[in-house]
Amino acid sequence: MTEILIKNGFVFDPVQGINGDKKDIAIKDGVIVESVSSAAKVIDASGMTVMAGGVDIHSHVAGAKVNVGRNFRPEDKLQAVYEPARGVRHMAGGNSVPTVFKTAYKYADMGYTTVMEAAMPPLYARHTHEEMRDTPIIDQAALPLFGNNWFILEYLKNGEMDNATAYISWLLRSTKGYGIKCVNPGGTEAWAWGLNCMTINDPVPYFEITPKEIVAGLIAANEALHLPHSLHLHGNNLGNPGNYQTTLDTLKIAEGFKPNNTFGRDQVLHHTHIQFHSYGGTTWADFESKGAEVMDYINKNPQLTCDIGFVTLDETTTMTGDGPFEYHLTALNHLKWANTDVEVECGSGIVPYVYSKDIYVCGVQWSIGLEMALLAKDHMRCYLTTDHPNAGPFTRYPRVMKWLMSEKARDEVFASMKSEDKVRDRSTLGGIDRELTLYEIAMMTRAGTAKALGFGGKLGGLVPGMQADVAVYPYNPETESDPEQIEWAFSNAKYLIKSGEVIINDSEIVSNGNKQTYWVDVKTKASTQVEHDLSEMFRKYYTVSERNYEVEEKSFMKNPNVIAIDATL
Amino acid sequence: MTKLVTDIICPFCGTLCDDIEVEVSDDGKQILKVMNACAIGAEKFLHAQSPDRIVRPRMKQEDGSWKEVTYDEAAQYTAKILCDAKKPLMYGWSSTSCEAQATGHMIAELVGGIVDNTATVCHGPSLIAVHDVGIPSCTLGEVKNRADRVIFWGCNPAHAHPRHMSRYSIFSRGFFTTKGSKSRKVIVVDPRPTDTASVADYHVQVEQGRDYELLDAMRVALQEGPLPETVAGVPKEKIYELARLLKSGRFVTIFFGMGVTHSLGKNHNIDIAIALTSDLNKYTKAAIIPMRGHYNVTGSGQVLGWQFGFPFCVDLSRGFARYNPGESSANDLLMRGEVDASFVIGSDPGSHFPFKSVKKIHDLPSVCIDPHMTPTVAVSKCHVPVALVGIEIGGSCYRMDNVPIESRKVVDPPAGMLTDGEFLELVLAEVKRIKGVAA
Amino acid sequence: MNTVTITITKQPELFIEAECFTPDAIAGKTAEQIAELPVHIGRTTEKVGDYFTVEGNAGETAADTKLVVAGDLTRVKYIGSKMSAGEVVINGDADMYVGAWMTGGKITANGSIGHFAATSMAGGEIVVNGNAGNYLAASYRGDWRGMSGGKITVNGNVGSDCGTFMLGGEIIVGGNIDVHVMTHADGGRIVILGNAKSRLGGQASRGEMYVFGTVDVMMPGYAYARDEELEVCGTKAVFAVYHGDLGERHPTRKGETVYAKLYLKK
Repeated sequence: MTEILIKNGFVFDPVQGINGDKKDIAIKDGVIVESVSSAAKVIDASGMTVMAGGVDIHSHVAGAKVNVGRNFRPEDKLQAVYEPARGVRHMAGGNSVPTVFKTAYKYADMGYTTVMEAAMPPLYARHTHEEMRDTPIIDQAALPLFGNNWFILEYLKNGEMDNATAYISWLLRSTKGYGIKCVNPGGTEAWAWGLNCMTINDPVPYFEITPKEIVAGLIAANEALHLPHSLHLHGNNLGNPGNYQTTLDTLKIAEGFKPNNTFGRDQVLHHTHIQFHSYGGTTWADFESKGAEVMDYINKNPQLTCDIGFVTLDETTTMTGDGPFEYHLTALNHLKWANTDVEVECGSGIVPYVYSKDIYVCGVQWSIGLEMALLAKDHMRCYLTTDHPNAGPFTRYPRVMKWLMSEKARDEVFASMKSEDKVRDRSTLGGIDRELTLYEIAMMTRAGTAKALGFGGKLGGLVPGMQADVAVYPYNPETESDPEQIEWAFSNAKYLIKSGEVIINDSEIVSNGNKQTYWVDVKTKASTQVEHDLSEMFRKYYTVSERNYEVEEKSFMKNPNVIAIDATL
Repeated sequence: MTKLVTDIICPFCGTLCDDIEVEVSDDGKQILKVMNACAIGAEKFLHAQSPDRIVRPRMKQEDGSWKEVTYDEAAQYTAKILCDAKKPLMYGWSSTSCEAQATGHMIAELVGGIVDNTATVCHGPSLIAVHDVGIPSCTLGEVKNRADRVIFWGCNPAHAHPRHMSRYSIFSRGFFTTKGSKSRKVIVVDPRPTDTASVADYHVQVEQGRDYELLDAMRVALQEGPLPETVAGVPKEKIYELARLLKSGRFVTIFFGMGVTHSLGKNHNIDIAIALTSDLNKYTKAAIIPMRGHYNVTGSGQVLGWQFGFPFCVDLSRGFARYNPGESSANDLLMRGEVDASFVIGSDPGSHFPFKSVKKIHDLPSVCIDPHMTPTVAVSKCHVPVALVGIEIGGSCYRMDNVPIESRKVVDPPAGMLTDGEFLELVLAEVKRIKGVAA
Repeated sequence: MNTVTITITKQPELFIEAECFTPDAIAGKTAEQIAELPVHIGRTTEKVGDYFTVEGNAGETAADTKLVVAGDLTRVKYIGSKMSAGEVVINGDADMYVGAWMTGGKITANGSIGHFAATSMAGGEIVVNGNAGNYLAASYRGDWRGMSGGKITVNGNVGSDCGTFMLGGEIIVGGNIDVHVMTHADGGRIVILGNAKSRLGGQASRGEMYVFGTVDVMMPGYAYARDEELEVCGTKAVFAVYHGDLGERHPTRKGETVYAKLYLKK
C-alpha cells in the first residue's frame, strides 16, 4: 500500500497531548506509523490544521425513518443545490435529510471518517444496513433500540439478567448492531396505546416496569456484556419545559455502576442530545435553561458522557424513536407527521421543524446547547452533535465550532434575534466569555467520541498504530482571526485520508474509499429460556419468521468489521 | 427423495408472506409443490416451471418475428438506445430486487434517465399525499397484536392480497387480540359488495367517487360537528355511529387500496384519510397502511429515496434529480411525447397503461426485461428474459409496511439464463464504455 | 423599457426547458448574447438560437426589460419562472411552469398555459387570456408554503388543484374551475366567476372562495353561516357564506375561531 507523509501541519491530537505543534504525520499500510520511506506521497500541510478523522457519536443518517424523512419531504431537496455527478461523485441532494451520497460527501468535506447511526429499529435493521452499504467513504455502525423491546421489558421486570444479556447478544448478532440504544424507555411502548412515560417512575402499560428499572437494567447488562460502548440513552420527557428534573433523575441511575470493558471506555452511561433534556420552566411562556444545573452534575460524575444536540437555527426534519414526542411536536407546529410503531420492539416519528431565530423558544434552545458546551469541564466527555437532523443538519458542525470558538460570532447571532433580551435572559450564555480551542474541539469531535464508543485505541487520534484517518483543514491557527474562516475551513477539508487512502485531494473528493461497517459479536452463556421465548415470539407475535430475521453479512454489509467479545469469561 | 424448503418469501404481492414451503426435486431443479401460499402465489412458483419459458434474449425483426440474440448483444442494444436517447424512460422496478434496482439507477444516472415505478399507476397518489400530510403508520404485526378496529377502504384483500386477513388484519390472533376476529370490529368502505365486505361487521356503501366527501364528514363527525343529512349516499346518523365506533377502539387501523388511489381526487382521498387517522390519535391510537401491490414496489421507492431523495417519478435528465408527478410520471411523459426511449423492467405497462402510452412504447426504441411473454414484450423491440427474483435468485424486498425481507432462491434458473441484476451489470458496463467512464 | 422578442422557429422533438426566458436572465444582454443562452432538451444543452430568433436588446435590469415570447410554445417550459421584475408577454400557448416561483413583475399570456403555473408564487401579476392547467398556484410537492402573494387572473377555465396550500394573494377565474380548489389553504382568496365542480376548500383552515356560478357537490365540512351583501369584482350581490372545513384544525383570533369561507352568489 502507498505511504503518505503529511508535513508541517499544526497538529491537534488530545490523545497524545499534542496541541498545535508543527509535526509530520506518517502513514503506511492504512495505519499511522513513526516514519515512512522517501517514496511516500508528500502532502504539504504548511499553515494548515491537522487532526484525526472526525468520529460522530450520534447521527441519524441511515435507515427506515431517515428514508421516510427523505421521501416525505420533496421540498427539502429545493433547500440546497442538488449537486450533479462529478468524477467519482454521484448526484447528491437533500438539505436536512441528504441522500446517502451527499451524507458521505459532506461528512468527508468536514473531515469526518466514522459515523454512528444512532437508532436502528431491529425489524428494519436490513434497511439500515442497505443504506450504510450504499453510503460511500465513511465507516459506520448502528445502535439497535432496546428500551421498549418486549423481551427486555419482561426479562428486566423479572430480574432475569442472564436472559437479558443472552437476548441482547442474539439481537446484536441478528441485526449486526454495535451497542445498546435506549430511546424514551417504556414511553414508546406506551405510545403504542397513545400514552407516554413522562418521568422515570411512570410504569409502562401492561408490562408494569418503570423507565428507571429499564435504564438500570440496560446499564447492568451492557457492563455484563463488556461492550465497547456504554448504554446510549435518550431519556424520558424530551423537549418539554421543566424536564431537567427528569434528566437529573435519569443520570443518577448510573451512580454506582462501574465500566467493565477492555476498550478503554470509562463511562457507563452516554446521555445523548442533552440540550433537549435541560429545560426549566413550566410552560413555553416561562421556558428557561437549566443547562448549567445539568452540566454541573455531568462535570462531577465521571461515569457519564454526553453529546449536546446543538440547535443550529435552521429548517430541518426531526426524527426519533421517541414516537410520542413527535406527536406532541406536530400538535405544536401543525406540520406533516409520520409515525411507525414497530411490532414487539419500538417505534418512531418524523416531523419537519423550522427553528427560527425570531422565535424566542428556538433562540433559547440555541443558547442552551452552547451554554452547556462552554460550561463543560472535560470535553473528552462532552461532544459536538446536532442530533442530526433533529436540532439541525450535521453540515452545520463547522458553524457550531465557530460559535463555540468565538464570543463575537455568538454575539452576532444574539444581535440578529427579534427577542434578543428575552433570549439572553433565559440562559447564562450571554455572560460566558469562554472560547473553546481547537484542542478542545478535537476532543469533542474525535478523541472523546472515539473513546466513548470504544474505538479509543484505533480511532480519534494520530498515535502510531492507529487507523490512518487524517483530516487536513485550510486553517492557520496562528494567524487566523476571522471566526467565519473557522466555519469555512472545517466545511472544506483540503485533504482527507481514510484507512490510509486519499479521499480528498486538494479539496476534491477523488475516491469513494473502502468503507467499513462495525458490529459487535458478543458470546454469552446459552439460554434455553431465550431460545424458547424467541421461537414463541416469532411464531405468535412477529410477522416475519425467525429464519428470515437475521441480517446476512454477505448481502447487506460492505467490509464488515466484527468486534468479537467473550462475555462468558 | 424430495426436499422441503421452508421460510420462503412469496414474490407476488406486497403482503410478502415469508412462510411459504416448497417441495423441490432431489436435484434441486424442479418445484413440485407449494404450500401455505395463496392460489396466486402458488401459481407464480409453479409457472416458473413452465416448459415454454423463453430462455434467451430476442430482437424483433422488421417482419415482426423474433430473432434470438445473446445477452451481450441485448446489453449492447439496451446500452445504445439509452445512450442515444436524450431522455429515456426507465420504468417498472416493482418485481425485482433492491440490488437490481440500485444497479439500474446507476445506469439511469449515467444516461440521464427517468426512473419511475409502478406506484405511478398504483399507490403514487398515496406517496403524494404523504408528502402533504405525512403518515401515522405501523408494522403489520402491530395490527395483528393490537388492532381492535380495522377499516378496509377501497380495497378488497380477499382477492388482491388473499392472505392479508388471516396473517395480519382480521383473523390473526395477537398478543392483545387473543380472540382473533372476535377481538376486532371490521369495517369495509366500498361501493361494491365485495368478498371482504361479506366478512366485515359493517359495510359502508359509499357513492362511487365520493370518498373524499365521506372522509371529510368523518372528520367533522369525530368532533361531533354539524353534517348534511346524507354524505356520499350515507346517512349522517351512520357517519356519527362510525366515528364513535372508531373513537371507542384502542387501536384503529385503516387499510386502503386502488379504490381510493385511482378514483376522483386520487391523492386527496388518501390525504384526507391520513388526516382522519391523525385526528383519531387525539382520542385513541390509529394507524394507516397502503395495500401496496407488487411485492417490491415499496423497495423501489426506498432505494430511490436513499439514492436520490424521491420515491418515484425521478427525473435525472438534467444531471441532478428532479421530481414532480404530473410531469415526470411515466404516463404523462409517454402521452405528452417527452421521452425518446423506453426501458421496462419488472412490470407490465402493456397491460396497465392507457392505449396511448402503450402505442408510444411501440413507436420508441424499446427494451423489456421480463421473465415472461407479456403485452409489453409484444410492443417492445428487444425482450430480455431473466431469472425470477424470489424463486431463482434471492434479493432484498420491502413489504407494504416497509419491512425489509430478504427473498430466497429456491431453484436454479434455466441453464444459461441471467438474473436481471447480472444483465443490468452488463448494460452498466457497456454504458460506461460508451460514455468513457472508468469501470 | 427595452423589448426583446423571442420567436420559436423550430419545434423540438422533445420539450425545451427554458429557465432563461425571464427578464432577470436576459437583463443587460444583447440579442446575440441571448441567442447564446442555454436551453435544455433532456440531457442535452442547446442554445436559444437553435430554436428561436431573438430580436432586440434587453434593458440594463430586469425591471427595464420586457420579454415577448411568440409562436407555438406548447413544448416550452419555465417561461417567466422565478422572475422578480419586468414583463413577459406570451403570444401563443405555453407549457408547464409559467411564472412558477415568481416573486415580482408581470406575465401576460395571450393564450393558454400548462400545468404547475405560478407554483408557490410570492409576488407579481399573471394575466392569462386563455385557460390555465392543473395545479395553478399550488405549492411544490410536499411544501406547506404555497402561493403567498401576487395576483393571477385567468379569463378562461382553470384545471384541478388550484391554490393548494395557498397562504395569500388572489386568483380570479373568469371561466369554470375543476375539482380541488384551495385544498389545505391557510389564507388567500379565489374568485370563480363561472362554475365549480366539487371539493372547494377541502382541509382548508383559512382563506376565501367566491363562486358566482354553480357548485356541483358541496363539501360536507362546510356549514351555512349567514347571507352577506358584498361587492366582488365589481359586482354587488348577496352571497351565502359557509364556514369550513369543520373537520380541520382552526386558529383562533381574539377568542373567535377563524374559518375558511365559501361565498356562494345567490
